[in-house]
Amino acid sequence: MIHVENLTKTFGDLCAVDHISLDIPKGQIVGLLGPNGAGKTTTLRMLTGFLRPSSGTIRVKDYSIDTHSLQIRKLLGYLPESAPLYHDMLAYDYLNYVADIREVEKKNRLARLREMADLCGIKEVMHKPLAELSKGYKQRVGLAHAMMKDPEILVFDEPTSGLDPNQIIEIREIIRRIGKEKTVILSTHILSEAEATCDRVVIINQGKIVADGNMESLKESASGDTSIHLALRNADLGSVQAALGSLTGITRISPEEGNGGIVRVKLSCRSSDDLRAEVYQRIKQTNWVLIEFYQETQSLENIFQKLTLES
Amino acid sequence: MRQVLPIFKKEFRSYFVSPIAYIVISIFLIVTGWFFFSTFFLFNQANVRNFFALLPIIFAFVIPAVTMRLVAEELNVGTYELLLTMPVTFRDVLLGKFLAATAFVAAMLIPTLAYAVIVAFLGDLDWGPVIGGYLGAILLGASFSAVGLFASSLTKNQIVAFIIGVAICFALVLMDKILFFLPAWLAGLLEYLGADSHFENISKGILDSRDILYFLSLTFLSLYATHLIMEEKS
Repeated sequence: MIHVENLTKTFGDLCAVDHISLDIPKGQIVGLLGPNGAGKTTTLRMLTGFLRPSSGTIRVKDYSIDTHSLQIRKLLGYLPESAPLYHDMLAYDYLNYVADIREVEKKNRLARLREMADLCGIKEVMHKPLAELSKGYKQRVGLAHAMMKDPEILVFDEPTSGLDPNQIIEIREIIRRIGKEKTVILSTHILSEAEATCDRVVIINQGKIVADGNMESLKESASGDTSIHLALRNADLGSVQAALGSLTGITRISPEEGNGGIVRVKLSCRSSDDLRAEVYQRIKQTNWVLIEFYQETQSLENIFQKLTLES
Repeated sequence: MRQVLPIFKKEFRSYFVSPIAYIVISIFLIVTGWFFFSTFFLFNQANVRNFFALLPIIFAFVIPAVTMRLVAEELNVGTYELLLTMPVTFRDVLLGKFLAATAFVAAMLIPTLAYAVIVAFLGDLDWGPVIGGYLGAILLGASFSAVGLFASSLTKNQIVAFIIGVAICFALVLMDKILFFLPAWLAGLLEYLGADSHFENISKGILDSRDILYFLSLTFLSLYATHLIMEEKS
């Protein structure tokens, strides 16, 4: 559906996007993830035809962005970051204008506007000036704008930024609903959002792709270790190390900050085997009091940090 | 090219939903009305030539105020990105906006027809120069709108766009007033570049192709420059 090859964009000396290559099949929800300034917005802007690539190609279906930008834009719906809107227009007038530009037929116009209002939940604000709408409603009017001509590809730039938790859930709900039939590309720096909505995650850092895959494969590829955290009373560090150090699979026992007679340790182990049962058995044989016991696998946050802080 | 119409409609409408249109029209009518009628009875002549003589200098201030928001506001609010990711070309956008501004200038001129009608009651008015005058006013208004649109595309700040627009239009109007400072060979060139003398010819009722060509080329060049600026931004 979308084929990006060696996409590069430079602003003066700054290389915002550095030789990105991507293939996005039809019907996938792809999350572009990355720290601020990683090049997510620039990538999306090139994809939507707003910025011209410095080099590299973008092909959507059979169209190349260099020669058929207009056709590509017809297939695309785009919601820019913070959903900019004309302040002086009514929501209805604005969407009508969009329908006009997107060439929604006159006889289907009203029905389409109603459908959009229903889908995005903006029925009650259709006759209000856009300047008076709250952030959440603006975002939804932006969504309605993007979906007006029922595009095959939807591009959302940080669709949930600045929303309250309820609105975030609603917007995600809408995105997932749309994503069932359409190709969706969204950018975010909120990891849980990518985890919750996307089929595939592409992590970008300093203009380069540092990871690409679905959640599970990312977690697998990036993890080396899991670790078990323990907090024990009635024990001392030496005996803990002696008692647990002999377990096979534990690579390292590192003490963590404890207080008030509590010993805290972190057991690093290979992710392949689950040592929780063995550790518990060992502890049972002593007279230590077990206060805390949990296993930490590499979370998305860890992977993200690892990938984006390394370079 | 089909997208010119929706953009034109939207821009033209948005002039009239905001108070700006009414303020600009009121100021325009008060200023022209005052300057025209305050000397009208002293001259004791039944023509509206003095009204048209005022237009270039007043347009140089009023039209940049009309056009300043066209692109600058979109750049500032960020709707520029929304607009250009819809299936429209630069040409659609700038023609729609330019035509909306020109239509607004035409709408602003309509109430001034009353001046001509009043004068026609007072004496024997020659309608030829009046028609020429309005034709010239539309041409002048269109070319200044294009200049204003260009100024607006340069910046996110509407005030800056206004000042740049006024500076260019004002320079075009005053150009042939400063000719006596200059050597003769330069004077000839600058005289052609000045908007005032061309407008004066048309408003006398003389339709010279050179004058019409001047306004058309000023309009075209400004629109083309705007096109280049928009391309540069992407």
